[in-house]
This record gives sequence, structure tokens and C-alpha cells, in this order.
Amino acid sequence: MAGYHCDLGRQRHRFDDLKAVMACASPRRSGDELAGIAADSDERRVAARVVLADLPLKTFLTEVLVPYETDEVTRLIIDRHDADAFRPVAHMTVGQFRDWLLSYQADTAALAALAPGLTPEMVAAVSKLMRNHDLVSVAAKCSVVTRFRTTVGLPGRLSSRLQPNHPTDDPTGIAASTLDGLLYGIGDAVIGINPATDNVPACIALLEMLDAVRTRFDIPVQSCVLAHVTTTMQAMERGAPVDLVFQSIAGTEKANAGFGVTLSLLAEAQEAAKSLKRGTIGDNVMYFETGQGSALSADAHFGVDQQTVETRAYAVARAFDPLLVNTVVGFIGPEYLYDAKQITRAGLEDHFCAKLLGVPMGCDACYTNHAEADQDDMDVLMTMLATAGVNFLIAVPGADDVMLNYQSLSYHDVLGLRHLLKRPPAPEFEAWLEKAGWLDEQRRLPPWPDQSLVVSALLGSAA
Amino acid sequence: MSDTQKDPWARFRTATRARIALGRSGDALPTKALLEFQLAHARARDAVHSAVDFDRLAADLSPRETIRVHSAAPDRPTYLRRPDLGRRLDPASAAGLPAGQWDLLFVIADGLSAAAVQVNAAPLVHACVARLGHLRIGPVVLAEQARVALGDEVASAMGARLVALLVGERPGLSAAESLGVYLTWEPKPGRADSERNCISNIHADGLSIQTAADKLCWLATEAARLKLTGVALKEDAPSLPGPDNQKNQLTDRS
Repeated sequence: MAGYHCDLGRQRHRFDDLKAVMACASPRRSGDELAGIAADSDERRVAARVVLADLPLKTFLTEVLVPYETDEVTRLIIDRHDADAFRPVAHMTVGQFRDWLLSYQADTAALAALAPGLTPEMVAAVSKLMRNHDLVSVAAKCSVVTRFRTTVGLPGRLSSRLQPNHPTDDPTGIAASTLDGLLYGIGDAVIGINPATDNVPACIALLEMLDAVRTRFDIPVQSCVLAHVTTTMQAMERGAPVDLVFQSIAGTEKANAGFGVTLSLLAEAQEAAKSLKRGTIGDNVMYFETGQGSALSADAHFGVDQQTVETRAYAVARAFDPLLVNTVVGFIGPEYLYDAKQITRAGLEDHFCAKLLGVPMGCDACYTNHAEADQDDMDVLMTMLATAGVNFLIAVPGADDVMLNYQSLSYHDVLGLRHLLKRPPAPEFEAWLEKAGWLDEQRRLPPWPDQSLVVSALLGSAA
Repeated sequence: MSDTQKDPWARFRTATRARIALGRSGDALPTKALLEFQLAHARARDAVHSAVDFDRLAADLSPRETIRVHSAAPDRPTYLRRPDLGRRLDPASAAGLPAGQWDLLFVIADGLSAAAVQVNAAPLVHACVARLGHLRIGPVVLAEQARVALGDEVASAMGARLVALLVGERPGLSAAESLGVYLTWEPKPGRADSERNCISNIHADGLSIQTAADKLCWLATEAARLKLTGVALKEDAPSLPGPDNQKNQLTDRS
């Protein structure tokens, strides 16, 4: 293999292969250092970017980073590449592609038409040449709209997942967090529980409870219990009210095997959920979570940097027309994203890369207690993501997930962003809020006193 | 007025520790809720970044003999970035371990919560020893900047058939002092997590010391009988509340 090099003054920086160029071009992050593939100096990082800027985009179609023969994700990427869609940018280098993406020519329609022509590696490469604001402004031009009972991803709107987790899956505890969230207008993307116990009867009990809340109040939302895909498939066989099928996914066949999934299993689950025909305005039935570091933690990254492997997971996601995808950006731990600077950057990269590929990206803006981050940092990330047009944000009561022991956004945060940036929830959900009489004359959702009819009607009938 | 009329959330608050019904200042958190959150986060961070007082811990473990070791991670920032170093001994520690023949070895690792180890580790060891007096139990090894797999290297060097590694768990906002125990049969470097049994959530508001000791001793006895730990041991004991069902969750690993 010829390798790549770049002369900067007296120093010649050599890179053995394209994987090394990609890894060294990434902004500094602990996961790539842990894997031993990060640039060992700031100059080398820029040298790799200089190489990348001059690299023809089409190189990624012939020089794959994970072998085609042994990885079904690579085969998916190459076999489904749309050469016609790629044509408008086929002659460009990665650097020229960045300039074009930022230009006025790259408008919403042009970017939507281009998406099937882009591969994850192309998108990851160009992201490495972008500043945070570039990632925001290009992502803001992308529109990926999906439907089930609500429409998620429309321009000018901000949806949210209500995450009412409980350490023992206690039904009253979960109902408490759910009803609290509804009073902030949370949940129009999904009401989704991470179950403490992943088995079929427990999953069915939670699904039935969420469905009862939804039908009792006639709320246009979809629900999800984030059990393993095989658990959800068995729940469907037993007639459970499954709206969305959830699964964690990653960017290589081996990493997906670590999650206990293959592409064919996901296809089977998608077909089963679509056959239930529970969506009223659309049939996007899948919900995926991803996150930088998951492939390395499964020893399944093949020397590819964590941001590029992460982007490959979006090729998996888009093959199944999901309603929702989100990166769990700060959740996986400081050995992959050390501090708020790395978490912020990764959240913006993940959102940008997914949107360019046509994936309906949301985000769990979050951190663990051993990372160098706090709620001030989440304020910055959530505001940048909302400005970038993120499809949805995850929110939990008071930003404290008492089951998974980490911090996300609070219901307050999402409501405040909606009012500040004038981005209401999904139109069907907003209409429900209006019909219920919850909005004020400025179409805000105000704080309703505990003694108000709004609160007593909601809590009283949830007995 | 009934309680429900005064506070319609009353019956919900008893059902969850989640921060529900916090009230609003405009769209933001009221000052009281804001400061309560910051206090909880501060305590969790202090638990991660403060050091275990190993002298005090050794005194608390008296009359049991203790041995001090250090992982290959020299300090906390390195420990957080390099999990691989936290799983190995530094050369000086490795050279100083006495070989022996033990049925069971306790290794106490600081992990991610100094507070959990300081408060809960010694009482748990004493409670277990009281139940397992018939076994040959080695000196208690106190390991600094250590992760779970470090116990494998320690125990294989010291000639133990079974190791119980006590470790400070990653603190949440509502539980900063939670201890976990990982039990491994025939410990040696390279053991997979699936070859261990875990008891987690040991703290004042979670699993009690006595209940945890009962579980640990049952597991230790079964491990010696079956000559294994891990998934196979769990399957034979479905009534045992294993803390870690397979979760569909992207997560960090200790």
C-alpha cells in the first residue's frame, strides 16, 4: 500500500493508509488515544487534515476501511451506494466538498437528493474538516422527516423523547415521570422506557401500561420499551401493543454481533412491526441508538477511529427507515469522550453526519459523573443542537435518570428551548395540547398550578 | 383537605426517586431544585475524585491482614482515560505479592467511588468471613486506581481459587456510595465479564450489608461446588436476583 504523506516545513508526516489519515484527522479524543490510533501531536492532526482535503471523495468507494468480504455493514454501504445521486459531487475532493456543503448551492433539496449518494466514510471525512459552527449550519439545511402517529423532523420544530425510567420498572413510578413530562409538552417523538429487566412478560406489562396512558388521554404519541430486539419480537408474537422496535446498533458486523443483532434480524423485526399497522400517519417503525466508542468497547473497531465507525452505524439505521435515531453522546464514558469539549464536538458531528446521510437524528445530550462535564455544558450542546435542527432531544425528570445513573436534559430544558427558539413540538402533538387547553395566548405551555384543572384532570384520572 | 388535594403528587413521590414535580421559574428550575441537583452532582464527583483512606480501611479490617497494591494507572486522570491500565498491577506491586493456597481472596478496589469503599467494604468483608469461617481466606488486598479485572492478576499470583473483588460503583446522583462485588472462579488475566457473577447496588438505600453477604456466600459456595462462576452459575439459580440482566444499552464497562 502506497500510503499518504504531507510535507509541512521540514517535517514529512507519513500515514500508512486511509484509516490512519482518518484517525489522525479526528479532533483529539480519549477513545482514539485508548485505541492507540490518534495523532501524537497537534501538527500531525492538521497534516492529516491537509491530506484529507486533497483526497478525491470517490476514493472511499474503492478503498474501504473495513473489509467488504468479512463485514456486512461494508457490503451494505457499497452495494446500496447510489451513483446517480453521487454525480453532482463525484469530481470533488473532500476539501471541495466542504466548501460546497457550506455554499448557497447546497440547499435543502440538493442535500436531500445527494444523501443516497454519500457513504458514511465520505461524511465522516468532511466532518473532520469542519468547525463546530460548520457542523451546525450545514445540518440546519438538512431535513429528514418521519412519521408514525406524529410527524418528527419538520423544519422549525423540536420534538422530544420522554424517558420515564425507574430502577425496578415500578408502574406508578413510571406513570409519575410520564405525567410530569406531559405537563411540559414532552414526548412527541416517543415515550420510551429503558427497562430494568429485559424479559418478555416485563416488556409486555410496560407496553400495555404506556398504551393505556396514550389511549386514556387520546394523545398522538408513540411508545417504546427499549428491550432487546428479540424480546420485542416475542412481545409482538404474543400480541403486545408494540409501536416501535428499538435496538442499539454499531458500525461493524462484529460490533453488532456484540449487541446480538444482524441486518437480517433487524429486517425481520421491521417487517413484523410494520405488519401491525399501528401508525396512523406513517410506517416508520424502528428506533435506533448509537454512540461513539461502542465499537471499540466491543473490540470491533478494526483500527478505524471512533467517529468514522459511529457514522457507519447510520448506514445500518437508514436501511430500515427509522422513525428515530439518537446518539447517546456522553453516556459511554470518559475513556471515549473525556470532557465537555469532546462530548460537545461528538454530539455535533454525530448529528451532522446522520443528517447528511438522510437519517432522522436526535440526541441524548448527557454525561456520566466520572466525565468532566456538567449541566452548564449540556446547556451549550442542547442550544447548538436545537439551532442545528436536531429532530429530537431526550429529557428526564430534573435531568437525573435514576435507573441508568447519568444526567441528561430535564423537561424544563426542552420546554425552555422551544419557547426561546420558537420551535414548537410535532404538529399533531401541538394540536392536542391546544385542544386540551394547555397553551396560553402566546402558544406557550405555562406552569399550571397543582390545583388547576389541567393538573387535576391529568393526575386524577391516572389512578 | 386531604393530602391528595394539598399535593396531588404525594402518592407519586413515594413511588419514585425521580425528580418529579419540581415546579418552574418561568421555564427554568426553581432555585431550590437547582441547588439540590448541584449538591447531588458535587457529591457524586467528590466520590469519583477523592481518594480512599487505605490506612483507615486497613484499621477497619483489623484483625485481618492486609496488603496494599497499586494499578498501572498512576493517577485518577490516567485511570479515567485508560481502563486498560486500571486492570493491571504496576510492576512493584506485582513483584511483592506473596504466593499461597487460598480458597477465597478478597480484593478491595477503589473503582469509581471512594465513599462506597470507605463506608461499605470493611463491614461486608467481616460479614462474609463470619459466614465462611471454614474456608482458607487470604489477606485482604487493597488496590488503588483499580478496576474489576485487576483482581484476576492479584488472585492468580497469590494462588487463590476464587476472588471476590469489591469495587466502588459509578456514582449516580441518588447513590454516590454504592459498592459492587464481582466473584470469579479460577481467576487469571483475560477472564471475560461473562465468567463472573456480580452483586451490585450495595449501600444504605440499596442492598444491605447482611443481604449482600448472604448472596455472596451462597455464590461462593456454589462456585466451589460447580467449579465455575458466570452465566452458568446464574442459570442454575434463577431465584437469585442477579443485578445485571442483559441490557440493551450502550454503556461503559468497569
